[in-house]
Amino acid sequence: MGRRVLITGVDKFWGGKIAQTLEQDPDFDVILGMGTKEPQVALERAEFVRSDQAYSILSRIVKATHVDTIIHTFVVTNTSGVSSRSLHETNVIGTMNLLAAAGQRGSMVRQVVVKSSSNVYGATENDPAWFREETPRSKPARSRLERSLLDVEQLVKDFAEDNPATVVSMVRCANVLGSEITTPISSNLARTLAPVIVGFDPLMQFVHEQDVVDCLLHLTRKRIPGLYNLAGDEKIPWSEVINICGARIVPIPAYGTMNVASLLVRLGLINFTPEMEPLLRYGRGIDTARIKRTGFELQHTTAGTVRSFIKAVRLKKNIGNEPQSYIYEHDIEQFFRHSPAIVRN
Amino acid sequence: MVTNRTSSKETNSSVGSRTQRTSRHTATGSHIDVDSRAENHIDANSTIQVDSDNTATSLVPVPPFSDEEYNQVEKYDQVEEYDQVEEEPARDKDRLGDVDEWGRSEHMREITRQLMDPFYNHWFRVEWEGLDKIPKEGGALLVANHAGAIPPDAPIIMHGVEKELGRPVYGLADYWFRTIPIVNVMWSRMGGVTAHPDNALRIMRDNRQLALVFPEGTKATSKSFSDRYRLRRFGRGGFVEIAMRAGVPIIPLAVVGAEEAMPILYRVPGIASMLNLPYFPITGNMLVFGPLLGPLGWFLYFPVKFKIKVLDPIYYDVEPGQDRYSKSFVMEEAEQVRTLIQETLYDMLRDRKSILNG
Repeated sequence: MGRRVLITGVDKFWGGKIAQTLEQDPDFDVILGMGTKEPQVALERAEFVRSDQAYSILSRIVKATHVDTIIHTFVVTNTSGVSSRSLHETNVIGTMNLLAAAGQRGSMVRQVVVKSSSNVYGATENDPAWFREETPRSKPARSRLERSLLDVEQLVKDFAEDNPATVVSMVRCANVLGSEITTPISSNLARTLAPVIVGFDPLMQFVHEQDVVDCLLHLTRKRIPGLYNLAGDEKIPWSEVINICGARIVPIPAYGTMNVASLLVRLGLINFTPEMEPLLRYGRGIDTARIKRTGFELQHTTAGTVRSFIKAVRLKKNIGNEPQSYIYEHDIEQFFRHSPAIVRN
Repeated sequence: MVTNRTSSKETNSSVGSRTQRTSRHTATGSHIDVDSRAENHIDANSTIQVDSDNTATSLVPVPPFSDEEYNQVEKYDQVEEYDQVEEEPARDKDRLGDVDEWGRSEHMREITRQLMDPFYNHWFRVEWEGLDKIPKEGGALLVANHAGAIPPDAPIIMHGVEKELGRPVYGLADYWFRTIPIVNVMWSRMGGVTAHPDNALRIMRDNRQLALVFPEGTKATSKSFSDRYRLRRFGRGGFVEIAMRAGVPIIPLAVVGAEEAMPILYRVPGIASMLNLPYFPITGNMLVFGPLLGPLGWFLYFPVKFKIKVLDPIYYDVEPGQDRYSKSFVMEEAEQVRTLIQETLYDMLRDRKSILNG
């Protein structure tokens, strides 16, 4: 019997991408996608279930469908335009409900895969050049995103302790760039603008969106437990990123940084989240030796990621945004999946 | 782990006295590391290994390895033992600059070297003794005494080793440098690295490079001229512990000249806290060059003759890679290094006829 998988955030980039890929894999019999909105990508056999952002419906679904794998991608790491409450509901309460459902009596869940972020390490002057998975933070978390991600990871850790029979895998991704995903940094670079804290040129690390998807699938397919850093090889200075992208510098003073930055955000000039402030000062590097030892190979280095990202941006600029090719229609999707008229082989 | 093996071999051959007594201190660490290679294989019901170590930030994963992977790693180790020359990693074709993972840029170093060379040759007239004791390859920790309000010893040692031996030196320094605009970039591009134990370990063990450390820290650079050439406490001995963990030798350096290049006559406490500096000194240079050159003169060193003596490398015959080493042993060894440098300094000063000409 094949595997039965549930994917959270199927209406978002990660969930949609993973659902699409798993549809091609005959090992996965049942693919359920949960989301607060309709999927944005065409899905052939994956079933869509609408839920609120905190997944109160989830325990019923887990019981009724006997899913054996949960891929939890709906952890918010881009805080621009997200309220404090919404962030907490989605990340902490959502994960809590998800894990409670996975750990309930009669649950068939045998693997939980969670996408976290390297934001859990923070960025301070006291940091080592490279964080390994077990390296503790240098200073307590200040931003709400970091605090909420730490809460999420603590929940996952507790779940792993309480359910030793379940494979728990978690990936801490460095800042993501790619042709489709939008992050605070990518939205600036796509407009060829680069906020720079004057007098600082931190070493940055990026990971390509496709590598993140591949990594989550790698851990899922091979049922590999553990906590893993994921980032492109090497670190490059922010100035080099700006050069590769041909971006214009938006200088922000080193003192009173957040005040000036939030003013520029209000004026609609740049996108700047509280997490970017320490990052653009001190940078961050995460060591990916552990994920590589599981046999996973990244396709993009940090510099390669930046290049591939900016090429996609330039293409989009030259040909314009592609019109939305797919709109989810509930009745049509139901017809194709469940009508006796459809010939299935 | 590749280098550990080779370096412990060197250790056996070249160490004399300080060998046996260390072994009983070694079995202290009970740290779960990825290197411990749990033999569990991937299967549907494999369990999560939860770390007993409280420092871990989250669930601790011991990734499973197949037998083939394990054997491959072993073979790789053996090959490395015969052939110590590390392959130059292929340059990423997508890169534009040459800034490495520590922030050091060879291009920037080259410019700095050209600017510094006249000062090195004609202003300070730096003279080395025993430069051949610094290894041509492999990691090592250079440990030196520290002095001067704006210490000139770090750039001089880095410049000298790069010039004479042609290999980079990473200078370990306080976190404080990272917080200052512009300074942090310059410092980092020229080979400055924050003195985090993980950084030192990686530079010396994994990258097999030289690191330079001043264990006295700001206690030495802030001391008054009347305390010259009297070494301060060598921190908490962390530098010895790192060398042990990395399996690399410590190479003590005794530096004569830095104390008189920018002597501190008086420290103004109020201004220091106001400017968020570790200390704010009134230096001899301010009084002598200040009236002539203005504020620029504050940064001009006296033309003191520099003499640097490289002492015999110290190897520690302990198992590398441990999480913790016996504190009493570490402190004892740190004190020995300090005494060694201190006595060498007194010897060198006994032979010094003139401050300006050596």
